[in-house]
Amino acid sequence: MNRLKRLFEHKQERVLSIYFTAGFPAKDDTLTIMQALEQAGADIIEIGMPYSDPIADGPTIQESNLQALANGMDMETLFGQLEEMRQTVSLPVVLMGYLNPIMQYGEERFCARCQELGIDGLIIPDLPISLYLEQYQALFNQYGLSNTFLISPQTSEERIREIDQHSDGFIYMVSSHAITGAKASISEEQIAYFERVAAMQLKNPRLIGFGISDAYTFTTASRYSHGAIIGSAFIKVLAGSRNLEADIHEYIQNVIKQA
Amino acid sequence: MIEIKVDEKGFYGNFGGAYIPEMLHPNIEELRLNYEAIIAEPDFQETFHSLLRDFVGRPTPLYLAERLSEKFGAKIYLKREDLCHTGAHKVNNTIGQIILAKKLGKKRIIAETGAGQHGVATATVCALMGMECTVYMGALDIERQRPNVERMKILGAKVVPATSGSKTLKDATNEAMRQWINNPVDTHYIIGSVVGPHPYPEMVARFQSVISAEIKAQLLEKEGRDYPDAVIACVGGGSNAAGAFYHYYNDPRVRLIAVEAAGLGISSGKSAATTALGTPGVLHGSKTLLMQTKDGQVVEPHSISAGLDYPGIGPVHAHLFESGRGEFIAVEDDDAMRAGIALSRTEGIIPAIETSHALHALSLMEYKPGDVLVINLSGRGDKDLDTYIKWGKY
Ligand SMILES: Cc1ncc(COP(=O)(O)O)c(C=O)c1O
Repeated sequence: MNRLKRLFEHKQERVLSIYFTAGFPAKDDTLTIMQALEQAGADIIEIGMPYSDPIADGPTIQESNLQALANGMDMETLFGQLEEMRQTVSLPVVLMGYLNPIMQYGEERFCARCQELGIDGLIIPDLPISLYLEQYQALFNQYGLSNTFLISPQTSEERIREIDQHSDGFIYMVSSHAITGAKASISEEQIAYFERVAAMQLKNPRLIGFGISDAYTFTTASRYSHGAIIGSAFIKVLAGSRNLEADIHEYIQNVIKQA
Repeated sequence: MIEIKVDEKGFYGNFGGAYIPEMLHPNIEELRLNYEAIIAEPDFQETFHSLLRDFVGRPTPLYLAERLSEKFGAKIYLKREDLCHTGAHKVNNTIGQIILAKKLGKKRIIAETGAGQHGVATATVCALMGMECTVYMGALDIERQRPNVERMKILGAKVVPATSGSKTLKDATNEAMRQWINNPVDTHYIIGSVVGPHPYPEMVARFQSVISAEIKAQLLEKEGRDYPDAVIACVGGGSNAAGAFYHYYNDPRVRLIAVEAAGLGISSGKSAATTALGTPGVLHGSKTLLMQTKDGQVVEPHSISAGLDYPGIGPVHAHLFESGRGEFIAVEDDDAMRAGIALSRTEGIIPAIETSHALHALSLMEYKPGDVLVINLSGRGDKDLDTYIKWGKY
């Protein structure tokens, strides 16, 4: 069974998903970071596939994408780094990235490679649901890949229901009208939106992302959902790190400790 | 002949669509569902056309360039978009979109710009309508195009540098899209060319189609027939070309000649000739031809003209290329500059460097003696004086 489904079967609270960009800070850090995340207590690993034009990402993740590309990352290099990951990493692993590099790699070849390596799901922000249903759903299913859609405070109830119906991993709730980027707090307006979606009784688990950075924001977001996703704040930890294992451990422990 | 037409999903043949993050869905959907009805309203049409007439100065002349015609042995007309207020065709689109934005109840306008022409055209209509305006511009372009930056500021717009990536038009467009994601409710994004997610490419082409509507009427008067043998236009994203081609898309008597910037040469690694170098991919919300690496990373283009310095083209042009309906020609920096100087000397018109590319196509294309050729003179050269001066060979 898909590791994402197994995870949500036994854990419905305070699920912590961590995003980082493959090939950042150094080209070959990918597996080190994954292993450290697993040991430190994260629940899901989201690996960003670097792209030159990440339009849904804020400055921190943009910079990590460009740095990774400058480090010489490409899709084949990433797959090479993930070749042995299932010997040491048992967490669900999700690849996140933009459609164009996947198209150029060849969609079917990409999906087959993901399955072979033990990837559990995909998040492709610029693949809207209509195109997914027409062109990708059958393919992703064939290779056992969950697909995660984003919703935002602007997404209509009707559309959230449609997304829920066609999702099979988790729903990614973008916390505000925003691109990615760490923020200090969570507003009343955001909480109203979290509550509104929680009340919809969706079949898929919900993780809240964009702007989650520390124990406080993680705990607050988790109160209204199954857990949360941290990206930019984690990238900042990596960017300033001299000892990845130790710094990742300390950061994750700080986030998940009960406040 | 194949029909050039957008389908209901926003595709021209294999190209187009709306590859957008979910966060932009409500905005794009709002536009898609409303723009045709709004444009069709008599009230919209009246405001649009009276502003084009009294504010922009339309119709722009269709001028028979006699000395140029003599030189090339064809009957060459220049469609004088350079005489539009603000100096280029860009304002046709910004007038249309600002009226639309008002009707949608938007309070703020954002835009991207490369050379600054679209930014100036946007800042101008925002001043006209009393709307707040922010223009994103690559940090490198801000350095290269100072006068236009100052023009935007004089007009009351805020100019924000895009500091990521290559710091040019592509990055300014990324930044404008991000800011739209951050401000989805009260803000309208005025895209400056026939690019972006559906319905932008068709909407912008519709606003620019006033160019070919006028060409038809003017040719009928001057030539006794409402079509030329060929229409020639430069293509950055492709809005002036789409406007000049629009009413001839499906007229097989008219050749559609699209001129791209070859930069230092198609195989020099410093080029913006998208159809020559590009492959199908997704950029800025649509599937189109795109200059990219084998790994799908977008490649930085080069052209001496900032307005053509873009790694993609509008989906309609990708379709014109793939279907063979359009003829694509690539013109190098130096040849374009010489063609610009030549027009200045034979006709007394200093063209924008973008436009100069279209002019040099006369030397590369085939035509029969006496053919009626219309060149879309998309803009004037005032903004390019620095580039002409630096180039120096005049
Ligand atoms: C005078 C002029 N022509 C052409 C262009 C290229 O744009 P498009 O291909 O959308 O007409 C520009 C863009 O800045 C311009 O200023």
